[in-house]
Amino acid sequence: MTQSYQLFSKNTRAIIYNLQVNAVQRMLDFDYVCRRDKPSVAAIIDPNAKQGGNHKVFWGTKEIIIPIYSSIAQATKRHPDADVLINFASFRSAYATSVEGINEPTIKTVVIIAEGVPERRARELAALAIARNKVVIGPATVGGILAGGFKIGNTGGTIENIIESKLHRTGSVGFVSKSGGMSNEAYNIIACNTDGLYEGIAIGGDAYPGSTLLDHLLRFEANPEVKMLACLGEVGGTEEYRIVEAIKAKKITKPLVCWVTGTIASKMKGEVQFGHAGAKAGASNETAEAKNQALAEAGVIVPKSFDDYGMKLAETFEKMKAAGKIPERTLPDTPAIPADYNALKAKGQVRKGTNFICTITDDTGDEPLYCGIPMSKVVEHNMPLGELIALLWFKKRLPAWGAQFMELVLRLTADHGPCVSGAHNTIVTARAGKDLMTSVATGILTIGPRFGGAVSGAAKQFSEAIRKGQTPLEFVNHMKNTNVNIQGIGHKIKSASNPDIRVTLLKKFAKENFPKTPHLDFALEVEKITLTKRNNLILNVDGAIGILFLDLMASGGDLFTDQEKAEIIEFGILDGLFMLGRTIGMVGHFFDQKRLRSGLYRHPMDDVLYDLPEPSDLGYDW
Amino acid sequence: MAIRGIREYDGKKLMAQVMDRFSSKPLGMNPNYALVTPETDLEKLPVSEPWLNNTRLVVKPDMLFGKRGKNNLLKLNATWAEAAAWIKAKREETVTVSGVQGRLTEFLIEPFTPHPEDKEFYVAMRSFRDEDVVYFSLKGGIYVEENWDQVKEIHIPTMKDNQLVEAKSISFAGQLPVEGAEKAQIEDFVTALYRFYADQGFAYLEINPFTLAEGKVIPLDLVAKIDDTAAFEHLDTWGTTLTFPAGFGHHLSPDEAKVKAMDAKTGASLKLTVLNPDGRIWPMVAGGGASVIFADTVADLGYIDELGMYGEYSGDPNEEFTYQYACVILDLMTRKPHPKGKALLIGGGIANFTDVAATFKGIIRAISQYADLLREGNVKIYVRRGGPNYKAGLEQMRSLGGKLNLPIEVYGPETHMTNIVPMAIAALQ
Repeated sequence: MTQSYQLFSKNTRAIIYNLQVNAVQRMLDFDYVCRRDKPSVAAIIDPNAKQGGNHKVFWGTKEIIIPIYSSIAQATKRHPDADVLINFASFRSAYATSVEGINEPTIKTVVIIAEGVPERRARELAALAIARNKVVIGPATVGGILAGGFKIGNTGGTIENIIESKLHRTGSVGFVSKSGGMSNEAYNIIACNTDGLYEGIAIGGDAYPGSTLLDHLLRFEANPEVKMLACLGEVGGTEEYRIVEAIKAKKITKPLVCWVTGTIASKMKGEVQFGHAGAKAGASNETAEAKNQALAEAGVIVPKSFDDYGMKLAETFEKMKAAGKIPERTLPDTPAIPADYNALKAKGQVRKGTNFICTITDDTGDEPLYCGIPMSKVVEHNMPLGELIALLWFKKRLPAWGAQFMELVLRLTADHGPCVSGAHNTIVTARAGKDLMTSVATGILTIGPRFGGAVSGAAKQFSEAIRKGQTPLEFVNHMKNTNVNIQGIGHKIKSASNPDIRVTLLKKFAKENFPKTPHLDFALEVEKITLTKRNNLILNVDGAIGILFLDLMASGGDLFTDQEKAEIIEFGILDGLFMLGRTIGMVGHFFDQKRLRSGLYRHPMDDVLYDLPEPSDLGYDW
Repeated sequence: MAIRGIREYDGKKLMAQVMDRFSSKPLGMNPNYALVTPETDLEKLPVSEPWLNNTRLVVKPDMLFGKRGKNNLLKLNATWAEAAAWIKAKREETVTVSGVQGRLTEFLIEPFTPHPEDKEFYVAMRSFRDEDVVYFSLKGGIYVEENWDQVKEIHIPTMKDNQLVEAKSISFAGQLPVEGAEKAQIEDFVTALYRFYADQGFAYLEINPFTLAEGKVIPLDLVAKIDDTAAFEHLDTWGTTLTFPAGFGHHLSPDEAKVKAMDAKTGASLKLTVLNPDGRIWPMVAGGGASVIFADTVADLGYIDELGMYGEYSGDPNEEFTYQYACVILDLMTRKPHPKGKALLIGGGIANFTDVAATFKGIIRAISQYADLLREGNVKIYVRRGGPNYKAGLEQMRSLGGKLNLPIEVYGPETHMTNIVPMAIAALQ
């Protein structure tokens, strides 16, 4: 059973408002080195996670899961054993969420991290906490720590510092300060000059903290485990005079070492400006000197300057020890926390092999690099789309005519009406009510050896023939003898007398712009031969694209090595050109169908020849 | 910063625009106020504020200081021509207010309201931890302090009967020491004023005095402080125009201005106030809390006259900003060498998560650049810091001393934070 002066114990569990990945991990690392039985974080509230969820954290070397809820009410209902709410909400929402926390029956302590909570709201929170018999720590605080037991959020800094400052095991000193930034330093001073911290609280730097320096000193006074008190006050406000009153009233009897910082403030002119009559009480008694003097007069141990603060702590501690009031303490055996990979990596102390390699785009810097070229340069120099495609596909800088050829291919392949298999599938899928990605994917999936995919095939067959030194006639005969169709030759509708305009345009462009076209010339000779067999055995658009790409690779000097040329054909990269171009059309067909509100397509039965086997032929007698 | 003074102009404008929301009947607050800034063209002002031409006027500096009457900085019952001439003359003068010298740059112009001296009322509101207090007196104006025993105080607790007290439920009917024809009007006004005060983010408001004229309440002199953290709750009324001016006579030196400009550019915090350009102790300290304590300690040990500056850097400024900040300080302290030398304190507590070695990189670059001047100026450097990666950081500082042949003493968390202050003081003797 915990006493009223105990906010935290080694079994305290907290609910964290807002997913603070680092703070949660730091709390669990602390728990682990303290050898707590259970992690101190029971649950996390992420108001954006409407469905809840789980958060993965390290517990020593293992990983464990902490549940995520979308509201304080859900979290407290599922985790009634958690009595601390650590509120990382922003200054905008800190008030409402803290009120909610204070009003939850299972929550005893609310810690408000946010800086910039309006003062009137902070005063309301403080008043509400008293009325509901709750404790509010903050706003504008890092939190606090029960040495060896429970740590709030980011208190204490890194795990190395926590161990160096002996915060992972209990000591005799109860410490409270306004500033959270100085609390690390204070814990170190306490570790250097006494047997260490029992509990430390930073009440926060705002004018109206939810709980005060005195509130916590009175808790420490009541707690028999705390042997001596330490406090850091600050210039401004009159809180320290309440400590003086408490000492005079014998409500604080344990030795207290206190220093009020900001003695410089009154020596610097023109900084503090107080109002008129209403602020009559202000000014002189709120200075650090006045408060230090009043504390000293009340019997508080006040150093000459902060420089003696540690010395005064040591003197006080030694006196207590000599009087036999300090128990013997031993350093516990502390399990090591495995080093964090990212931290070691930053220091250059660890390496690991990668699972992936990327040689075309780098997005790790300020802007993405395309083969080393910053995106802004691509825009600045107005890089043609064809050149950009070649850069990312082939890692080559194409000459201007090459880039133009790529764009010509995209234009010519952009669409070919609704009846070809790619567009047809897209349309049927769109009409079945499916989304853009699915509909277009069904279209793309039809691209292959029979539809659009002859680009690579043609390139492969023709380049092989030329490499082997075959004549066009030898090539045609060889294909016929091995019973292989020549890819890139032949068209369902088009013929010598009804030429494919796309092929005409490609040939024209190549003749006018390519330095030389040996592959095209070879293919046209082949076409002459095949046309003698049938009128529709013409060089088709796939063939023209594939063959002209061979010419492009051959005309660029040593732009492509033989191996690169072979790989481009083998990997089917050329089919990518058709796929890229035709995707434009398929997306168009998808939108077209959606705009038309086309209903589900059902193929007419009279367009199907039904011809089923007799069951008896299959051996069934049913 | 939380509680900040606002201009009388802004306070009165806000009252005129918003107070009716808090009253059951329209209060008819005067909406005519004009603010003159250094950018204001006095020839064109009556075009946008036509009332200036047909009203007798009051003009006074609006720069967060009081006692303007006593300092002869009040122009009463003036025509627009007289008011403009007065402003033109005052803009050229350098004046001293409460020991601070400065130029008058902002002025408030408002209609002049003749009234008998016994019709000056006092009202003020102030917030404390668990209550707001309203102060009211029939004896306002310059006599309020000597008649403070006649001021009626009304305490409004934050919490009553286990419930938060809502400002809109507060009424002062029957609670103010005022009788007769004015009673209802004054009670209504003070009630609305309190609700306005509580709702609109005020932390302090004093109207001394206000008077009654032509059936309306006229605030004559107003001082107000606002909690600037409440800005997000009041975008509709404060807008983006409500400013929080610096105190009168607050001028930045070129070095301070440079640091302020750097501070504005980074999400981190970089601060510099030059206290004594001839000072011999220069603390370059990380962290808001620690920097105050270093300055305190120099003063507490009796050497405030030798303290060159107060400043701090925190919030993880990047290497470039740390370098530039260090350069400003090194430049300041090497301008005029002292025969017995000077001390630079590179101080700080134990950082939470800032990589100490990384932040030292910028400082090391600056010291290397100023090495010759530092040697000539006999500058001793003392380092004390802790936190993530502090060992590597301290080692870099140590080897820097050898490399540049500069006296650099380096300490970590095992040494009390401010110990380098007495070390530096001893070395300067």
